[in-house]
Amino acid sequence: MKQNVKVNIKPLTRVEGHGNIKISIKDGRLEEANWEVVETPRFFEALLVGKHYENVPYICGRICGICSISHTLASIRAVENAFGIVASRQTTMFRLLLKHMETMQSHILHLYFLVAPDFLGAGSVLPLTRTHPEEVQVALRLKRLANEACTLIGGRCLHPIRTVVGGFTMLPAKAELARLGRRLEEARSDLERAVELFTSFTMPDFVRETEFVSLKGDNTYPFIGGNLVSSDGVLKREDEYLAMTNEYCVEQSTAKWSRLSRPSFAVGALARFNNNHALLQPEAGRAAERLGLRPVCHNPFMNNIAQLVECLQVVEDSALIIDNLLASEWQEARQSVTPRRGRGVGVVEAPRGILYHYYAFDGKGRLEKADCVIPTSQNHANIQHDLQALAAHYAKAGRKDQDIELLAQMLVRAYDPCISCSVH
Amino acid sequence: MADTLSYLGVPLSRPRVAFFELTSCEGCQLQIFNNEASLLDFLSLVEIVNFREAMTEKSDDYEIAFIEGSISRRDEVEKLKKIRRQAKVLVALGSCACFGGVNRLRNRFHDLDWVKKEVYGDFPVDTAEVQPLEAQVPVDLKIYGCPIKKEEVERVISNLVLGKAVTPPEYPVCMECKAHENLCLYELGEPCLGPITRAGCDAWCPDNRRGCWGCRGPAEEANVKELEKIMRRYHFSREIIIDRLECFGGFAAYVDKLRAPGRHTHG
Ligand code: SF4
Ligand code: SF4
Ligand code: SF4
Repeated sequence: MKQNVKVNIKPLTRVEGHGNIKISIKDGRLEEANWEVVETPRFFEALLVGKHYENVPYICGRICGICSISHTLASIRAVENAFGIVASRQTTMFRLLLKHMETMQSHILHLYFLVAPDFLGAGSVLPLTRTHPEEVQVALRLKRLANEACTLIGGRCLHPIRTVVGGFTMLPAKAELARLGRRLEEARSDLERAVELFTSFTMPDFVRETEFVSLKGDNTYPFIGGNLVSSDGVLKREDEYLAMTNEYCVEQSTAKWSRLSRPSFAVGALARFNNNHALLQPEAGRAAERLGLRPVCHNPFMNNIAQLVECLQVVEDSALIIDNLLASEWQEARQSVTPRRGRGVGVVEAPRGILYHYYAFDGKGRLEKADCVIPTSQNHANIQHDLQALAAHYAKAGRKDQDIELLAQMLVRAYDPCISCSVH
Repeated sequence: MADTLSYLGVPLSRPRVAFFELTSCEGCQLQIFNNEASLLDFLSLVEIVNFREAMTEKSDDYEIAFIEGSISRRDEVEKLKKIRRQAKVLVALGSCACFGGVNRLRNRFHDLDWVKKEVYGDFPVDTAEVQPLEAQVPVDLKIYGCPIKKEEVERVISNLVLGKAVTPPEYPVCMECKAHENLCLYELGEPCLGPITRAGCDAWCPDNRRGCWGCRGPAEEANVKELEKIMRRYHFSREIIIDRLECFGGFAAYVDKLRAPGRHTHG
C-alpha cells in the first residue's frame, strides 16, 4: 500500500532550544522533510564589539548554559592566542580536567534525561523515576559528581567563575582534588551500569555516509586545541578554521549552516570517535566494542553510544590528570597578561562537537571583531540531509506515521542539538 | 497540606508549574536540574506540566509559570502575553528575564541594522531591541542571577507552596562577602560591584576570588556614586566601571547616566 505520512513537530521537545520537524510523504514518495530552526538570535558577535578582553570569555560562556565551560575555554584560548600567551602545563591540565567534567555532565544529561526516555517508552525522565528508579539514581549520581567536579575547579557547575585569561583565579585544595580522584574511581561501577543499560537498547538501523570533522589528536584523544581533520581527508591548522567551517545562511534556519567536501558534515562525539578512536583509553575502547561501536560508523544514532564511550574516556583520563597534578609542585594559579593588537583562534571539542572562537583586538585589549562557530550549527545541514534520507528510508520500508515521527525526533535528539547556542 | 491555604491565588497542594524560555542560554532552567541531591524531593512538591527542554508531555493548564530569557523578537511578546493570561504567578527566572541579561549588551549600539549586518551580512533576520519581561507584562516574582542559584529557586518554590512571602535580600553582596571573611578583591587589585549589587548569591564570585559583575542587579540602595569613588581610589577607569555595570543589564539606568549620549559607537 502506498502510504501518506504527515509529521509536524513544533517545537521539538527534550532538546536545548527551538527547532521544528516537518515531514510529508505522499503515495510513498517523500515530498518534504525539513529541520527548521526558529530560535531568536542573540547576536553575540556584535554585542562583543568594544568589550574588554577580560569580559569576553565571561560573556561568551553565556552563549550556552550547557556547554558554558567549552565556550569559556575556547574564548580564553582565542584571547591568549591573540596576545601570544602560552598557558602553563599546570593550567592546561586543570583546564582539561574541567573540560572533561563538563563532557560528562553534558553527556549524562543528554543520555539519561533526553535520550533514554525514547528507548524506555516514556515522555520524560519523570515517569522513569517510578519505573526505573535505580537507573535514574545512577544518572543523578554521575551528574552530581560531574557538577561537583566542575564547581571544584571552575567555581560553579556552569558559567564558571575561576577560569580567566592567564589561568585560574584560584585552585582547589590538593586534598579536595585527591577526593575527586577517589570519587571518579568509585564512579566506574555506575558507568558500568550505564554501559549495560545502553547495551540493552537497539539503535535504529539507519546509515548514511557522512563526512566527520573534529580535532585531530596526536598522542591523546583530543579536546582542547590542535589540528583540524575531516574523515574525507582535509587537514588544517587551528588558525585555518574558516577553511573547515564555510558558513552560509539559509531560509529555514536562524542558525548558519556549514559544508566542507560534501553538502554537509557532522561533528560531535561520533566524529571525534571516528577520527580518533585509536587514541581512546583502554576501558573506553573496550566499552566501544561491547556497545557495538566500530569505526568508521555512519549511523547518526550511534552518536549516543559514542557519548557514553566518551564518558568512560574522560573519567579514565581525569584520573591520570589528577595523579599527575597531585605528584607535582603547584605554581601560581594565574600568569600575568599583557594585551596587544592581534588576532587569535581558540578551538575546543565541546560536548556536541568542534567549537571555534575567533577574535581581533585593538592595542588596548578591546575587541574589534568576533566570530564563533558552534557545533550544532555545523550539524544542522547534516541533520537536514539525514532527516530526508531517514524519512525516505522508513517510508519505503512501510513504517507507520507514529514510527516515522518518533524516529525523526530520535534522530535529531541523537545529535544532541544545542539550538540556542547554534543561533547565538 | 490544607487546601484552604493559598499564596498569590495559588492553591497550595502540588501547584501545577510550567517552564518557558524566550531568548536565553537555558542555563537557568538547567540549574533546576542541577540539584541532584534534592531534585526528587523537589519534584514531589510541584507538578511540572510543561518543560519543553526536559519533557514531551505538555499542558497549558498551570498556575505558576517560570520564564527564562529576555524579549528580543515580536513573536515573543505574544507568547509572553499568552502565558501571562494563564499563569496566576509569573516568575522571571534569571537576569535575562529580570533585566535583559547579556543579550541586552547589543542595545548599547542603538543601531539594530549594524548589529544584524555584523552577524548575518545582508541576509534578512527578524529582531528587536532586547527587553526584560517587565517591559511587556506584570511580573509577580523575580529570581535574580546569571545563572540563578539553584538553592534560591527551591527556596522560592517551597515558600510559594507553603504560602510564605518570598523576598530577595535588599542588602549588597559585600555583606555576604564580609561574613565569609574574604580578603577584599580591591586589595588584590581587582574591581568588584559587591558594594552595590543585590545579595542572595552568597558572594559567589568573591568567594572564588573574582570580582562581582553585578549579575543580580542593584541592591535596594545602590550607591553608584560611592562605587565610583571607590573605583577612583583604586585607579580604575570609568570604562572599567561601565564594563561591569552593563554586563548583565541590571544597572542599565545607571550606565545611561554614566555614559554621555552618543559616546558609544561600534565604528
Ligand atoms: S540569566 Fe544567564 S544563565 Fe540564565 S538564561 Fe540568561 S544568560 Fe543564561
Ligand atoms: S570583594 Fe567585593 S564583595 Fe567582597 S568586600 Fe570587597 S567589594 Fe565587597
Ligand atoms: S557575586 Fe555578583 S556577579 Fe557573582 S553571582 Fe553574585 S551577584 Fe552575580
